[in-house]
Amino acid sequence: MLELRSLDAGYGSFQALFGINLEVRAGEAVGVIGPNGAGKTTLMRVISGLIRPTEGSITMEGRDVVATPAHRIVDLGIAHVPENRRLFPRLTVDDNLKMGAYMPGARAKYAERLEFVFDLFPRMKERRSQMAGTLSGGEQQMCAIGRALMSDPKLLLLDEPSAGLAPVVVQQVFELVKRIRSGGLTVLIVEQNVQQVLKVVDRAYLLEAGTIRASGTSEEMMKNDTIKQAYLGV
Amino acid sequence: MQAFLDTFDIYLLEAVVNGILLGGVLALLALGLNLIFGVIDVTWICYAELVMIGMYGMYYMVQVFGLPYWAAAPIAILQVAALGAALHYIVIAPLLTAPPINQLLATGGVLFILQSFATVAFGIDFRNLGIRLPVLAIGDMHFSYSRLLAFVAALLGMLAIYFFMKRTYTGTAIRAVAQDRQIMSLMGVDTKRIYLITSALGGALAGLAACLLVLQYDVHPFVGLSFGPITFLICVLGGLGNFVGGFIAAFVFAQIISLGGLYSDLEWGYVLAFAFFIVMMFIRPAGLLARRS
Repeated sequence: MLELRSLDAGYGSFQALFGINLEVRAGEAVGVIGPNGAGKTTLMRVISGLIRPTEGSITMEGRDVVATPAHRIVDLGIAHVPENRRLFPRLTVDDNLKMGAYMPGARAKYAERLEFVFDLFPRMKERRSQMAGTLSGGEQQMCAIGRALMSDPKLLLLDEPSAGLAPVVVQQVFELVKRIRSGGLTVLIVEQNVQQVLKVVDRAYLLEAGTIRASGTSEEMMKNDTIKQAYLGV
Repeated sequence: MQAFLDTFDIYLLEAVVNGILLGGVLALLALGLNLIFGVIDVTWICYAELVMIGMYGMYYMVQVFGLPYWAAAPIAILQVAALGAALHYIVIAPLLTAPPINQLLATGGVLFILQSFATVAFGIDFRNLGIRLPVLAIGDMHFSYSRLLAFVAALLGMLAIYFFMKRTYTGTAIRAVAQDRQIMSLMGVDTKRIYLITSALGGALAGLAACLLVLQYDVHPFVGLSFGPITFLICVLGGLGNFVGGFIAAFVFAQIISLGGLYSDLEWGYVLAFAFFIVMMFIRPAGLLARRS
């Protein structure tokens, strides 16, 4: 579904990603793990067009993502839940969700999508007329995921969904990711919480200093000695 | 009714009502300027000069080409909306990432260009539509229909903007851009297009104000100076970019001008308003409704 081939990217003269090869197949959940500053967020931003790669290619179902204007990438079926959620704090939950359905294709399905999101997050229905900035951290994460789901995506990019949340809420967020997956959605998730994310995904990549150091199924990654020592603490 | 009115100082009451009527148009102007500032983060110093161009548009359509007022008004609004979009496209868009002072100076340059253009093209004569609307008399108080009309039309204009911003996808996107412009492309929103629409809306509001003001004031190349500075102060007093604050501040300022004019000359009303502004800047530097961070 999504294919990255020898991708370089960075900010100005600073290069953050070096020759990344990565693939996400339809129906899969794939994790990208690695330490702070490894380039995980840059990877997500380059896929959704917030920054442009300096080298290499990205294709989504055979279509060239790099050649697509940033605001048209949603139309390819890619929805990005950005780092720190980035809700519109002084818009209501309803209006935040409405922004997720901005593209003409999504507008036509607005009512249906809203019902889907409210089914998934009943809490959002209760809070729909509340300003997004007044929600708790967990609720904000639900709202951010809900906003991305409003565009009826094929591929959901999740950037550190557990960041800044209480342990109990982290558990809930990963439960949600499982439920979203079971609905047939393809997920690419970036996480520092390696232990949790490996329970949810089928395969994972280890990203360190801007390069892919290891990849494999979740079981293989859990048995990998480097990952065990550096990230799982066993 | 008469007995009720007799118990008041009717001149005071008349001044208060006229202040409210003036507040409507000032609020309309402030909304336009706030819209631009809140969304694009740019101050159109030349905002009142767009109004001036709109007033000339009305003058030419009504007096020279003989169009009826009601037919000319929508054309003038569209004309100034197009001017607003052009201002953004030609002057602001290339300077979006430039320091704010450069943007300010650029729109200041446009102010002088528009004034000079008007002087060359239209001359320095004072012109008017030649339409004199009747005066409404309630007891001993007199209110001009042109002011009443301006007040009602300004409120309707603001109401239209309110519903546009609340109900439509584009309006919601305009409010969203004001809060986080970097991630708009993730929503599928083309920020450039939103800026252009917002600029056209700001222009349309200036156009509406022009249609209303041309009924009350003569137009000349420097007429913008009568509304520009006061509109800018209203926006700052209300908190730049804060729509509700601007609305309230417009009525506060209008009341000061109107009541100050009652007890002294109209010019003193303006002096009082500016003095009030300076005092308020010491008390609440971020505006009446400053957002607590």
